[in-house]
Amino acid sequence: MWQATEDVLAPIATGAGILGTGGGGNPYIGQLRARQALKRWGPVTVLAPEEVPEDARVICVGGIGAPTVGIEKVRDLQSYHALRAIEEFTGERATALISNEIGGSNSVEVMIAAAKAGLPIVDADGMGRAFPEFQMKTFFVYGVPCCPMAIADEKGNSIVIRETITPAWAERLARAATIQMGCVACYAVAPMSAEQIRTTAVPNTLSLARDLGLAVQMAHDTGDDPLAAILDTCPGKVLFSGKVVDLDRRTTGGFARGTVAIDGLDDYAGSRMVIDFQNENLIAQVGGEIVCTVPDLICAVATDGGEPVTTELMRYGLRVTIVGFPAPALWTTPRGLAESGPHHFGYDTDYIPVRLDGS
Amino acid sequence: MFVGVDVGGTNTDAVLMDGNQLAGAAKVPTTADVTGGIVQAVTELLKQHPGVQIDAVMVGTTHFTNALLERRDLAPTGVLRLCLPATQLLPPLVDWPDELREAIGGQTWMVGGGNEFDGREIASLDRDGIRDAVMDMMRRGVRAVAVCGVFSPVDPRHEEEAAALIREDAPHLRVCLSHENGRMGLLERENAAALNACLGEVAHRTVEGISLALQQLGINAPLFMSQNDGTLMDTEFASRFPVLTISSGPTNSMRGAAWLSGITDGIVVDVGGTSTDVGALVKGFPRESAVSVHLAGVRTNFRIPDMVSIALGGGTVVTPDPWRMGPESVGYRLTDEALVFGGKTLTTTDLAVAAGRADVGAGQQAAGLEPSLVERAMAEIQSRVETAVDRVKLSGEDVPVALVGGGSILLGDGLAGASEVLRPEHAGVANAIGAAIAQVGGQMERVYSLETGGRAEAIADCSAGAVRRAVAAGADPATVEVVDVEEVPLTYVPSNATLVRVRAVGNLALTGSES
Repeated sequence: MWQATEDVLAPIATGAGILGTGGGGNPYIGQLRARQALKRWGPVTVLAPEEVPEDARVICVGGIGAPTVGIEKVRDLQSYHALRAIEEFTGERATALISNEIGGSNSVEVMIAAAKAGLPIVDADGMGRAFPEFQMKTFFVYGVPCCPMAIADEKGNSIVIRETITPAWAERLARAATIQMGCVACYAVAPMSAEQIRTTAVPNTLSLARDLGLAVQMAHDTGDDPLAAILDTCPGKVLFSGKVVDLDRRTTGGFARGTVAIDGLDDYAGSRMVIDFQNENLIAQVGGEIVCTVPDLICAVATDGGEPVTTELMRYGLRVTIVGFPAPALWTTPRGLAESGPHHFGYDTDYIPVRLDGS
Repeated sequence: MFVGVDVGGTNTDAVLMDGNQLAGAAKVPTTADVTGGIVQAVTELLKQHPGVQIDAVMVGTTHFTNALLERRDLAPTGVLRLCLPATQLLPPLVDWPDELREAIGGQTWMVGGGNEFDGREIASLDRDGIRDAVMDMMRRGVRAVAVCGVFSPVDPRHEEEAAALIREDAPHLRVCLSHENGRMGLLERENAAALNACLGEVAHRTVEGISLALQQLGINAPLFMSQNDGTLMDTEFASRFPVLTISSGPTNSMRGAAWLSGITDGIVVDVGGTSTDVGALVKGFPRESAVSVHLAGVRTNFRIPDMVSIALGGGTVVTPDPWRMGPESVGYRLTDEALVFGGKTLTTTDLAVAAGRADVGAGQQAAGLEPSLVERAMAEIQSRVETAVDRVKLSGEDVPVALVGGGSILLGDGLAGASEVLRPEHAGVANAIGAAIAQVGGQMERVYSLETGGRAEAIADCSAGAVRRAVAAGADPATVEVVDVEEVPLTYVPSNATLVRVRAVGNLALTGSES
């Protein structure tokens, strides 16, 4: 158990940026909102998954909408309103909250609702990284129903999606409602049990994000190698290091898709990495050979500072190092891969995990 | 003829431009009041060219922003946001440094209003709420007010209506509307409006002072101020948007270098005593940075040149063992401390002299330097500058490079990634030339739904707005052209909503000048 106070917000933003694997958007507004919430309502208690009481009722909250709209109509307390709406519909009160997604700016939404409601949060989430769609959560892959779910805006509107035939339908209906609500809504899913949290959530991800952020910060302060600090904190492997030489980015069907090409420098001189992304980085190839695929985490960080580089920030000339982290185990089973593997994103290739040295 | 003036931290430079010819130049020390230096420099030009006909004076100064850094002369300023029930968790001025927020009084109000991304109203405008807020402002002695509506770049009507209500009840208040100078990003745009509001009074006084001083010199030509984007604004506009001058210095320098070298698309490398600034030119204008700019600790989204600065200049200190080049520099003391000037410090300049690249000071002082050391230093200088050039490029293609600044003697004739390397004459007054050759511009940014209207109509509408703004800012309508169109599709919005941003520029219309 630990307390999430204002001073962990910056490290969490950095760490969540790394775990966001290129997606997740600009963390500034989220961090500022979380800071205001903690200032107003006090710090939030973070429970390790094994500390969640047996009779707990845990509600997952998260943001849904367009990041580009969120920098203008900045989110308010939508996650809290969605929480109250689902509690009222199900007749059950939450005893703790859990994040939908650790990667990117979504990682703070749960903290804002928890601070306002005076509830603890669980040190875990439904992805262990970032994914673009609502239904892509380990909870739902392992049988937790995604409905009923509530969606709320900042104006006082809320709806409950009572039941859908598949989780993808929930995403479709929720997205339609979100657009009508002005594109910065939040959702809350009917309560989960302690058992469900322990078996279907990706554990210890908030503390991992915090520790990654602290490691980068520390390396920055002491002049140590930030990449070594990152890999000391979270087992992974440097896949490539070089300079961005080409970027092909387009928006189709509401998602940013494209490729980024990186020419190797130093140890990687003479070879080229190409990364395919759809909001998040999905496939990394070197010289035409795939070296890592989703759901493993393909993370770009600034070579000299270790800060995360999102696909939005990619541009010619940037020096980046690409790090691969093994996906959470819940994603690499046949059931997990069906929802998160390369085939799910329309690639005709099987999952190729990052090979850690010595394994 | 045009007079261009650049007020730098150390020197105030002035040039006289006769069409496309540099007719005269003057350099004097900058004075604390700004105006004194300008008067001296212009007086010197007039002495060189008695009886010359001056059609316009263009001044580049970052003086207004000093008031922010020193937190003096700031007007008590209120911020009125049109937003409720949205955005309450982050009230106006939330991310300002406490001292600066207190220095402007820190008064904020939020009332019902604002728009959605697609133009719908979040709530109807709360007119009573605005009237109450104005009463409150007057009671609290507020003298300037920034008005910011959510998504006002999509639909500015709530801001405009709020401004009308404020003027009705409190005509003496200086009002800044966020949509007039902003792009998407609520806090950044609101912050920019608040900075403009609190600086309005001091900017007005400064501009009036320069105007008056020029008149006393017998110059009755119109006065213009340089903006960050390399275009001009008239004095009235400058007192309404003073913050648009913050980075006019580097912009003017790059524009001047472009003009002197004839490069319109390429790279400018400005090597000083301590650092080297590298920036990219696109159609004769500096490419703008996409990242947020902090001014006196306040996050804004002003457009400033996208530059890479490296700690390498003519005064950079070198130690052979262990090998180290910078970041320390002897700076302006170069002519006392470098070996070739009889000093005791080994600098990059000494090594360039030894390598035969530069011919300054007493060459024999550098003659004894180890050839391998000289070679290593030259290679490192070259590679650091080449890396910086590479970082500001947008593609791998070779482009022309203009070398300016006193420290450019460090570099050889070739640079990797450069199609040609030019060293223009008169580079010492590039910044004043940049001010003198500036055009007038206008920019427009809006979100369009490409489902209801086509892409072509969206761009046409946005272009018309940009052209309108350029003309309003003083451009000759006959010469205005669109120089930049940018489309940013909004992700996660399937209705094909796209942010369109258009910039137009034209030549200065000289309707007000006596002939």
